[in-house]
Amino acid sequence: MNIDLRNPNIIMKLSRLGSFHQSRLSFLRSFLSEFKDWKFKRDLFDLDKKGFGTAVYSLKKKDRIYSLICFANKINDQERSDRVIATKWDAAFTLHDGLPSKQDIKRLKKEVPRQEIGRLSYKELTLSRANKSIRIFKHVVENLSNGTQPNLDLLKKVGYLYRTTAVYGSGKFGLADRFRIKNREEINGPFRLEMMLVYLVRQFTFDQVNHVAKNKNPKKAVKLDPQICKNLGIGNSTGLGMAPFIVNHPTLLNNWILCREKALKKIREIKKIETKDSDLFLNCVKDSIKNITTWNTESDYQLNKIKLLLKDVKKFLNFIKTEFSFKEDYAFNRIYFWLEKETCAECIEYIVSIMMEPYSEIINPLIKEMSSDEDRYFNIPADRTVKELIAILENKYSSILSINFKKRENYKKFWFISKNKEEPRLANRFEEYGSELEQPLAIARDIKRLYEKLLLYEKSLTLDQFLIDNSNLRHVVRRAFIIEKFPYSEIQDNTIGENTIPIDMLRLKLSFFGALKFDPRSDKWLRICMFQGAPLPNDLKNYDEQWVYKSHH
Amino acid sequence: MKSLSEIETTSKRASRAAGFSWGMAEEVGKSVRLLELFGFPGIKNLNQYYKKKDKNNFETIKFIKKKNVSTKFSFCPINLGVNFLDQIRIIEKYKKCSFKGTAYPLLLLPFLCRASEIIGKKLLVKVDGNKLLLNFNLNIFSNFFEKKFPLKAKHIEVIFLDNKDNFNDLDWKNLYNLSEDTFVEERDSLKQGAAGAGLTDND
Repeated sequence: MNIDLRNPNIIMKLSRLGSFHQSRLSFLRSFLSEFKDWKFKRDLFDLDKKGFGTAVYSLKKKDRIYSLICFANKINDQERSDRVIATKWDAAFTLHDGLPSKQDIKRLKKEVPRQEIGRLSYKELTLSRANKSIRIFKHVVENLSNGTQPNLDLLKKVGYLYRTTAVYGSGKFGLADRFRIKNREEINGPFRLEMMLVYLVRQFTFDQVNHVAKNKNPKKAVKLDPQICKNLGIGNSTGLGMAPFIVNHPTLLNNWILCREKALKKIREIKKIETKDSDLFLNCVKDSIKNITTWNTESDYQLNKIKLLLKDVKKFLNFIKTEFSFKEDYAFNRIYFWLEKETCAECIEYIVSIMMEPYSEIINPLIKEMSSDEDRYFNIPADRTVKELIAILENKYSSILSINFKKRENYKKFWFISKNKEEPRLANRFEEYGSELEQPLAIARDIKRLYEKLLLYEKSLTLDQFLIDNSNLRHVVRRAFIIEKFPYSEIQDNTIGENTIPIDMLRLKLSFFGALKFDPRSDKWLRICMFQGAPLPNDLKNYDEQWVYKSHH
Repeated sequence: MKSLSEIETTSKRASRAAGFSWGMAEEVGKSVRLLELFGFPGIKNLNQYYKKKDKNNFETIKFIKKKNVSTKFSFCPINLGVNFLDQIRIIEKYKKCSFKGTAYPLLLLPFLCRASEIIGKKLLVKVDGNKLLLNFNLNIFSNFFEKKFPLKAKHIEVIFLDNKDNFNDLDWKNLYNLSEDTFVEERDSLKQGAAGAGLTDND
């Protein structure tokens, strides 16, 4: 049986992309899988009694070493902010290529805590900072120092001791360019070094909380139970900074989605499902319900999505129990059709993710296809004709071409870069100033403009001639030739409309990171949790690959 | 040290601010990145060019011909470069072309490099007598090294080199003969049994 890949015009809608969930393809899971046989070491732990100072952790295999350097700083409560405008954080981190020398640490101590205004070198790979969840950190210190474990109900509500507020890589602020390290096999997957940083930071948070508790009451203090540690992750506050990324990296976006779609296609094409595989799948679905019921948010938007998801997952389990047999041929294909007919987008994508769990032989080769050599597709084939470009637009952007951009509500917003923090922002063009400096992120509107303009030209004209007088459309001409080769490279939706929900764009990216428990704080930023339930560094050798569904928080 | 990613992003944004469209600005970002990667002072030249751009009227060019002469002012290297890239399939047929009066010729180079890659031919570029060999966007071989690139080129000539060997037949033959020492002489038994294909091709 040959199953078609799903239609990009459905899958690439923002509302669908904003319903994606983590899966075996997610970067934090593929990171753990790649680094499971690396040697973990705490190389330096030089903190004072209050937990301020420097620490270094490393992962090593043969001659290759990656080191996380942590700088924990004292800050006042009023200085603590998750917003990108903050200038001080409880801790700042960098991932260094190799083992840092004393001079490296001295240099980095000056630069890393300054984050965006500091300067890193080609020897550093990623940069980040994090703030404590003060309520949780204090509670844990208090309990440990009195010889007791913390209240699990309280921990459940938050899920982490620290949350990062940005993780930078790929050449930002002087960090190493991707080309310097791209041939290393162990990082042949997107965002692998960013995942490594976050994972090692998680261990630092446990070591720091134990250290502070021990110093507070050396005689009575106990260590945080490893099982509790395992069920804590690292939080993350994410704003609009992430949103333009998926527009600005079309071939990368395509490769992420295409791998997910290929995985689904191959699973739907399996004729006979082995019992061990259907059992694993069903157990993951059942276990995962805990992740839904412990998913805390105050967002009405998300609460509604969670409510629908829970209802539909239960409906799905009932369907499996009462009306379905895995003995049928192409059982997952039948499941997929049932999901499409009977459940919401959030549930469809949730179950699609879990379908991948039994099939490492399908997923693992796909993980290696998730990066992209973007420069290969940058040149515009300007010897192609107006006729050919019109055909591409009509074929690949049909739903976008039907949007009426003469209506104010369809171009109400504009994307810009803030001068203060060099970060992307979204504003109302009819109320705010600055729309003349709009970023080229209104792809749908510009594609429509391109289409309307092309219709005025002779069809046999080549694009080199068209571009002479239409330089303002050059950026979307380039994109059209990218989507010709990469069907999932474009969001098939309007990114500047009145009803655009930017967190859908964030959610898409974060789901590929492997984030859990999306907690929107507005339509422009959200909090998530990463690595909750993941094995601790010393337990990496033989860990349960389905850990994500077995978290107790 | 600035990363290439920072160089590309800042050049792109600066180019947009200098009045180019976003699509053109993207081209400049990639080009300056390439110059800096190859060790040429791309940032410095771009900066100088944008400082002069408002005061001097640089000429734009639409259709590139075999011989191109700026009239009153020098050609804008970015407009010229982008059009060269776009029209390369036509320009290639000229075998060579020339430009009289080009501002900041260094900024033109990466576009020519990329054009060399698109058509799969090396380009020999002469800038007021100095020579550069552009090898498919992989590297630039030049006698410009350690010389200052001019702020204005009076005459640029671009020659499309035919794809041909850099060595003579004798050199090749000698090397090939040596390589044959890695082969095994086939006896009849090996001819019968060691090949993958069938013994008859008519089955």
